[in-house]
Amino acid sequence: MSTSLGAAVRHKMLTNMLLVRHTEERIQELFLENVIRGTTHLCIGQEAVSVAMAEVIDAARGDTVTCTYRGHGHALALGMSLESMMAEMMGKASGCSKGKGGSMHLADLDVGLLGTFAVVGAGLPVTNGAALTAQMRGNGAISISIFGDGTPNIGAWHEAVNLAAVWKLPAVFLCENNRYGEYTPYDDTAPVPNVADRAAAYGIPSVIVDGQDAEAVYPVLLEAADRARAGDGPTLVEALTYRYRGHSRSDPATYRPEGELERWMERDPIDILAGRMQADGQLTAAEFEALREQQRAEVQRVTEWAINEPWPALEETLEDIWVPSGDGAAVGEGA
Amino acid sequence: MAVITCRDAVVRALDEEMARDEDVIFFGEDVGKAGGVFYVTPGLYEKYGGRRVRDTPISENAIVGAGVGAAVTGMRPVIELMFADFAAVTLDQIVNQAAKLRYMSGGQIQVPLTIRMAQGSAGGFGSQHSQCCESWFMHAPGLKVCVPGTPADILGLLKSAVRDDNPVIFLEHKGQYAERGEVPDHADHLVPMGEARIVREGGDVTIVAVQRMVGVALKAADTLAEQGVECEVIDPRTLVPLDMETIARSVEKTGHLVTVEEAVRAGGWGAEVVSQITENNIWSLEGPVVRVTLGAGIIPFSQPLEEHLLPGPEDVVAAVQRSLEA
Repeated sequence: MSTSLGAAVRHKMLTNMLLVRHTEERIQELFLENVIRGTTHLCIGQEAVSVAMAEVIDAARGDTVTCTYRGHGHALALGMSLESMMAEMMGKASGCSKGKGGSMHLADLDVGLLGTFAVVGAGLPVTNGAALTAQMRGNGAISISIFGDGTPNIGAWHEAVNLAAVWKLPAVFLCENNRYGEYTPYDDTAPVPNVADRAAAYGIPSVIVDGQDAEAVYPVLLEAADRARAGDGPTLVEALTYRYRGHSRSDPATYRPEGELERWMERDPIDILAGRMQADGQLTAAEFEALREQQRAEVQRVTEWAINEPWPALEETLEDIWVPSGDGAAVGEGA
Repeated sequence: MAVITCRDAVVRALDEEMARDEDVIFFGEDVGKAGGVFYVTPGLYEKYGGRRVRDTPISENAIVGAGVGAAVTGMRPVIELMFADFAAVTLDQIVNQAAKLRYMSGGQIQVPLTIRMAQGSAGGFGSQHSQCCESWFMHAPGLKVCVPGTPADILGLLKSAVRDDNPVIFLEHKGQYAERGEVPDHADHLVPMGEARIVREGGDVTIVAVQRMVGVALKAADTLAEQGVECEVIDPRTLVPLDMETIARSVEKTGHLVTVEEAVRAGGWGAEVVSQITENNIWSLEGPVVRVTLGAGIIPFSQPLEEHLLPGPEDVVAAVQRSLEA
């Protein structure tokens, strides 16, 4: 069931989905051009979950998010600046993590993003800690952990969901089920048809939602967040979605059955929301194209800017390991 | 000066810090209502309540992760992993997350987290409940590593750990919990990290040891004194940061260095001490450096085998003699 949101929220969601889409398409090109090194994990096709999640989060209240290495969409939707992200992708000094984190380690405390955790299952236990802080302080904050459908197969997931349930932590566990854990189909690695089925083992509620429809995801997350804030503990939300690209930069995704990608692309999250806005008279086709072009141009502008940004100073290499308080400054090379 | 046990020192440090700072919370397996499986933390649950002192499921990943997340968002958690060996279950949270989040975030994040655990042989605990694990953590920049071995050092260093803005691995030796020692009477005894303690002064050979091996070294020093050899025994107390200055000064005086570890030889902290001395102070050495360790051993269950493997005073005496004879 989808709830029709106000025109302003819809417009913001659509804009951010376009921003994420064009940013990631550009990132892929920049990898192929060797401007960005290492690896990257694109969420193209999954943007609806990111923008719906961001609508629930209020960093000023203390809400926090942990997600995975497939985190560009979450970061941008939460409000990390494109400059900050693009510079980080290229390892530049002006990146969100001063170039030390890269694609897999984005963080921006100002928007509530504690980190894009690059080890599967690592984010949920940390979200619990952030939720514990909120519970101790009674400030009404929540923490959302976003993960893929492969994560419930790792022990840390179960430890974290169990602890959150036992302590009734104000947490929301949000699965982006894109049908593949790296290169392997979900059904080959999980004994239950839905990720949501796992919730029963921990006595917490779960919801399966259409992850291609931002307006369907939003009310589900809002209810889970309200439940968490009310002290009733965590909810497991499973958003059914699909990544158009492979697992990572080097994966051509040849393991997918013929026609599967095309079927999912017929339900593109951007087209779904844009189509609905057009049907409701909130957006013309020309305005949609203009919005798309605006985002594309913005991505291009920021890309050029980031390419010309300076590298971090070499003296920075060993900075930011320690908090230089008290005797901590004494630590360093050679143990 | 009051005399208390190492066990008393842990609970006193936590009590003082929890009373001082409301952001200090404490959780782990059986640490609350039961007072800890080593009975190291009795009374805290009763005094501070079940919100600040929490029993957890047996879930090391969840425990450390919750500590990391709470620390990142402004609390000052102290967590307990019971046996240090169990850190292996949650090495990702310790080594990849707690240690590196600050660096990977370009300094945005700080992780003021203290991870307590009990290590070392306590007689018959077998291979998975007796290890000294300090070297595991020395290889992850971002973690401080404390190895106190007296009530005063446990008290003062644990309080420093809680106040530190970096993640601290705090290793207590479970074989020492009942050992007694003097602690200052005043309520705020702090021991700074990175300051070694000269336990016994001597001019002939420098022995570096931590925790229970300090006592072993002191016994060896008594024996050697009867033979006219005066040992200087140094307890670094923290391995990260490591006070090489005090050790180097001693070696410059004695010309001889022996390290004593209740741990595996390869990649141990003794190897690090020896390497730094040979890199920076080799012309002070008048004999070979000698490491006393478990070799490539695994702690056995059987009593004679375990006692045979663990370094004793006679091993240290032989090591000193080897260094002096060459």
